[in-house]
Amino acid sequence: MSEHRVWVYGDHVNTDVIFPGKYTYTLKTPDEIAAHALEDLDPAFAVGVQPGDVIVAGRNWGCGSSREQAVTALKYVGVPVLIAESFSGLYFRNCINQGILPVVCSGLRDVVRTGDTIMIDRLSGEIHAAGQVFAMPTLSPSVQAILDAGGLVPMLQRRFGESAR
Amino acid sequence: MTGYTFVEKALARAAGASGARAGDILDVTPDVIFSHDNSAAIRRIFEKIGAPRIAHPERVAITLDHAVPAPTTQHAQNHAEIRQWVREQGIRHFFEVGRGICHQVISEEALVLPGETILGADSHSTHFGWLGAFGMGVGRTEMAALWATGMLWIRVPDAMRVTLTGRLPFGVTAKDIALRIIGDRGADGGQYRSVEFLGDALASLSLDERAVLPNMMAEFGAMSAYLPPDQAVFDYLETNRTRDYTPLYPDADAHYADDSALDVSLLEPQIALPHSPDNVVTLSRAVGQPVQQAFIGTCTNGRLEDLCAAAAVLRGHKVHCRLIVIPASAQVLLEATRRGYIETLLEAGATITTPGCGPCMGNHMGVPAPNEATISSGNRNFRGRMGTPDAPVYLASPYVVAASAIRGAIADPREFLS
Ligand code: SF4
Repeated sequence: MSEHRVWVYGDHVNTDVIFPGKYTYTLKTPDEIAAHALEDLDPAFAVGVQPGDVIVAGRNWGCGSSREQAVTALKYVGVPVLIAESFSGLYFRNCINQGILPVVCSGLRDVVRTGDTIMIDRLSGEIHAAGQVFAMPTLSPSVQAILDAGGLVPMLQRRFGESAR
Repeated sequence: MTGYTFVEKALARAAGASGARAGDILDVTPDVIFSHDNSAAIRRIFEKIGAPRIAHPERVAITLDHAVPAPTTQHAQNHAEIRQWVREQGIRHFFEVGRGICHQVISEEALVLPGETILGADSHSTHFGWLGAFGMGVGRTEMAALWATGMLWIRVPDAMRVTLTGRLPFGVTAKDIALRIIGDRGADGGQYRSVEFLGDALASLSLDERAVLPNMMAEFGAMSAYLPPDQAVFDYLETNRTRDYTPLYPDADAHYADDSALDVSLLEPQIALPHSPDNVVTLSRAVGQPVQQAFIGTCTNGRLEDLCAAAAVLRGHKVHCRLIVIPASAQVLLEATRRGYIETLLEAGATITTPGCGPCMGNHMGVPAPNEATISSGNRNFRGRMGTPDAPVYLASPYVVAASAIRGAIADPREFLS
């Protein structure tokens, strides 16, 4: 069971406001990318976020361009879990492949506000918030392995041994 | 217990599972994986992974199609790297410059079969639903992982059923069906869904037309799309196939997250206005808009029947703007030549270029100048898609594109068809 502070957002948050396209080719280091996370959605986020904080959002989080930085920017600020009513298909896949846990969860967004604390129990697959319990979908062992390794490329690097490079 | 949708059955099969439900995450072993001019970039990620070789080279297909013949030295270098890689890895399903667009070539070669799973490093991999396969686009990192392991995780999408009834009126096509659906429900109307078509309208669609529907579903946000394969599909695949297969059909009592119907006999020609494929209006509302260029081609509408439609409209007429025609494959070009369509198109003033993607994504062979409007038979018209942000792109059927080429302005093809 781990404790997390939440940042709550609405529906249809697109990747342009999660990580602006204008920085795609200019910003390269994790720190630089992290500094602009959610810049056009919530300027308070990048300055206030702490490692371990999680995002709780509405429908269709991460729609629009499939740019990978819209996931890595959140990873670099230390967000370990993203919870939403639904994700864009590509964004969901990018999360797993980049090593952030995406959780599809209905109803949670309606009972928490930015700054609240929730408890996540990865073992039992439960989220405790505002006196209620929400179920997290179980992940297959293979997807769990990707997340545990920190993403698809690191996992495969480990599997094939880094010697070949 | 409720029955299974197509996508539940197809992914259970590909994962070797006894059953699967929407939302389950499965490790899927696709029957075929493919990439195109992006293969050299994928190779660089593959090398980072450190796998010794491609795990199943016999399942890999690579087609050079996105910028062919190479327009610049840089593109030529990219192609050269891919050829080298193909030799090193012993990839037999390699298709050279001019063979055609990946989706069309893989269909013609019968590399993937009904009920099978195909993953491509291309967003229009939904295309293979036309023959009853599960087709999905993946990213470059994912394709590198597929090369390395032969497997990829997939969350089984929710399914959406679209029942098409009636017969299309003359001059109205599957492209108009797809545009109408996307226009009505928006570019995310099918998000993370398997769009499963059904209904008596399908049997009356030619195979060339059927492919348009799943191809366009990429613009609907769909992960995959499906049409129930019938005898016409089986016959098409018979000559080239090298495996047996078992077609899959959804159960009548399968659970669909969304169910809708469309009577296609009531449909008018449609057009997507700039700058989104869901910005769709009835053609009559756009008639008269000047265009400087017309383009017939792409994996959506560059097949034999599309060239036949264009020839039917253009016969005995001259174009009044540039008309670029790019057959989707060498086979299409050959057959269109035999049947005289190419002659008709040339007589009307069209120019014909190498089978491939052409200017579809702004690479070469017909990219517009700023402020020049193009009407295209392709699938995507986002700002900048054809190379410059200031060039508006309209999407429509080959009939409409051909008629507009005659007028130099958006036109209704039915006035040219008897
Ligand atoms: S024709 Fe266009 S949409 Fe089709 S594969 Fe080529 S670039 Fe992509």
